[in-house]
Amino acid sequence: MGLISLCLVLVVLLSVGVLAASRLQTSIRLVAAQGVVLGLLPALLHDRELGVHLLVFAAGAIAVKGWLMPWLLLRAMREAEVRREVEPFIGFSATLLLAGGLTGAAFLMADELPIPVPADSQLLVGAALSTLAIGALVMVTRKKAVTQVLGYLLLENGIYVFGQTLTGSVPELVELGILLDVLAGVFVMGIAIFHINREFDHMSVPELTALRD
Amino acid sequence: MALLALVLLPAVLGLLALALPGSGARRALLVGGALLQGALVTVVLRDGAPPALGGWLALDALGTLFLGTTTLLFVVVALHAQAGVRGGAGVERAFVPCLFWFLAAMTLVTLSQHLGVLWVAVEATTLASAPLVYHNRDAHALEAAWKYLLLCSVGIALALLGTFLVALAAGGARSAVPLTLDALVRQGHAGGLDPKLLAGAFVFLLVGYGTKMGLAPLHTWLPDAHSQAPASASALLSGALLSCAFLALLRGWQLCQAAGLGPFAARLFVFFGLLSMVLAAAFIVGQRDYKRLLAYSSMEHMGVLALGVGVGGAASYGALLHAVNHSLAKGLLFLVAGNILAVYGTRATTGVRGVLRRLPLSGALWLAGFFALAGLPPFGLFVSEITILRGMVEQGRWWVVALYLAALAAVFAGMSSIVLRMAQGQPGEDELRATPPEPWSATVPPLLLAAGVLLLGLWIPAPLDRLLHAAAVSLGGQP
Repeated sequence: MGLISLCLVLVVLLSVGVLAASRLQTSIRLVAAQGVVLGLLPALLHDRELGVHLLVFAAGAIAVKGWLMPWLLLRAMREAEVRREVEPFIGFSATLLLAGGLTGAAFLMADELPIPVPADSQLLVGAALSTLAIGALVMVTRKKAVTQVLGYLLLENGIYVFGQTLTGSVPELVELGILLDVLAGVFVMGIAIFHINREFDHMSVPELTALRD
Repeated sequence: MALLALVLLPAVLGLLALALPGSGARRALLVGGALLQGALVTVVLRDGAPPALGGWLALDALGTLFLGTTTLLFVVVALHAQAGVRGGAGVERAFVPCLFWFLAAMTLVTLSQHLGVLWVAVEATTLASAPLVYHNRDAHALEAAWKYLLLCSVGIALALLGTFLVALAAGGARSAVPLTLDALVRQGHAGGLDPKLLAGAFVFLLVGYGTKMGLAPLHTWLPDAHSQAPASASALLSGALLSCAFLALLRGWQLCQAAGLGPFAARLFVFFGLLSMVLAAAFIVGQRDYKRLLAYSSMEHMGVLALGVGVGGAASYGALLHAVNHSLAKGLLFLVAGNILAVYGTRATTGVRGVLRRLPLSGALWLAGFFALAGLPPFGLFVSEITILRGMVEQGRWWVVALYLAALAAVFAGMSSIVLRMAQGQPGEDELRATPPEPWSATVPPLLLAAGVLLLGLWIPAPLDRLLHAAAVSLGGQP
């Protein structure tokens, strides 16, 4: 198994880890670790045309996904004095079972899709789709606002992996814009988490149900 | 460079507003900046501007239409925000900067010719406008802002997946075709796209940008966000941002047309358009919150837009005219709703009586706005809704005609009972005496919008008519 496949398997395992972790800080650190792996991915996939701008972009992606975003979330948690438990709607074993099923389905589906992938990276599309699916699962099965942001980040990471099938046709400036948008999104969500905790004294999303018809 | 300046000017003004100390100065900057941007856009629209950033930013007919409407609405809203002190909260520190950044992001949406840039711009509109929704700083506003932020971010993330799928359909990493509308649509490279991947891409774009546009069943954040935001933000969210999301969706539509997937995209547009209209009508009947009423009405009109473009033919022109009309009419109504809320202090329809007596001008504008929105002559929405109807009849799509008319009638019945009850009635003597006369800044801006939507019902200026025709042709409609 090549280095690229190893990285992709690691990405999927880290997603499952986020789902399995019972402490919020652990979940955030796992997403951070996934961000670092994702930052390395473009450099590994294109090692022959490894230029300065590719390295700069990889460093930027690692800094943002692996350090800045997790730091923002950890800070929001600290300032809002969030309790550390994850608080699932559905128990851990049930969601893990679901995640296993979704991952299997994602890899089966990836085989069917007519998507050309770079050499040595047959797992790319499967890893992307399963990370995306697990992100969605985190969003719907976990109560806290912070975990919903983590689910959103997993979803974005899945799409980022998917985007690696076409490096080159999406210009760097656009990729930079996407990265900045996600970063700003986490920043704004972090502020919102702080206010939610102050307003409701805890951060469970089920409390946010006053508005309806 | 002129196009780049259109985006950079409001972005810089936002930074400037953040640095200003007093709220009075910020409000002055809001009006000054809005007028400056309005002047710049006018010059660009009159003289034209060369593409910028290597063709990523350019003005085509569609973009011009939405750029003009967005800027016009922003200027009017900036004037109305001068009355913001009466709302109680005043203009707090983050509000004006976020308004400017919101404008910058929406301007970028209208100018984007590259699908990646378009995505970045649409996501930026969400981030810049979420703080506006939380302006009232209470539990409800927070809930609305959180739902808006999260649902739209997830939706738009799926649109990014759709954008990547378009790139894959174009050949992925091996392809030299840039993801610009110029290359794909006008130079005809779309014909070489893989149809299966493109169809998948369009579904993701529809889900993603459709969430942002408030198409059913992805609309759940819309009534919350639009009802909790303060008047000026609601007017922009409903009148300008929904149109911008529609424009993003139309870019996907243009791709499908150019690639020969027109009928596929049209079926989806017609289905989701009708579904949005019918669901919105269901929520409008018996609605107890008048700002939510307006929000559901926006959802209904977004359904009309998708339906009109999906039907095609003469209806394409009608849908684009309808987008302009809806922006003006909904801006008008949300601004007046803000005036009513400031005086009555409640969003409950049962808590508001006798607006015509207590606030004569706002009451009259409230009624005029409702008549316009309901599609009664002589207002512009009558013309556009009839044009869309004509498109359907010409194609003999009688089921669509029946559902369209039924939904419009239900909305009319539901809205009229609520709106008329609010306007009529006799307020108490004490209340009348306690109500100060309305300042010009509260009434003149919505009056301008009312004049605009009335004008479009009587006479469409020739340049606008040419623009609408050109835009309709670029959507595959009849010239």
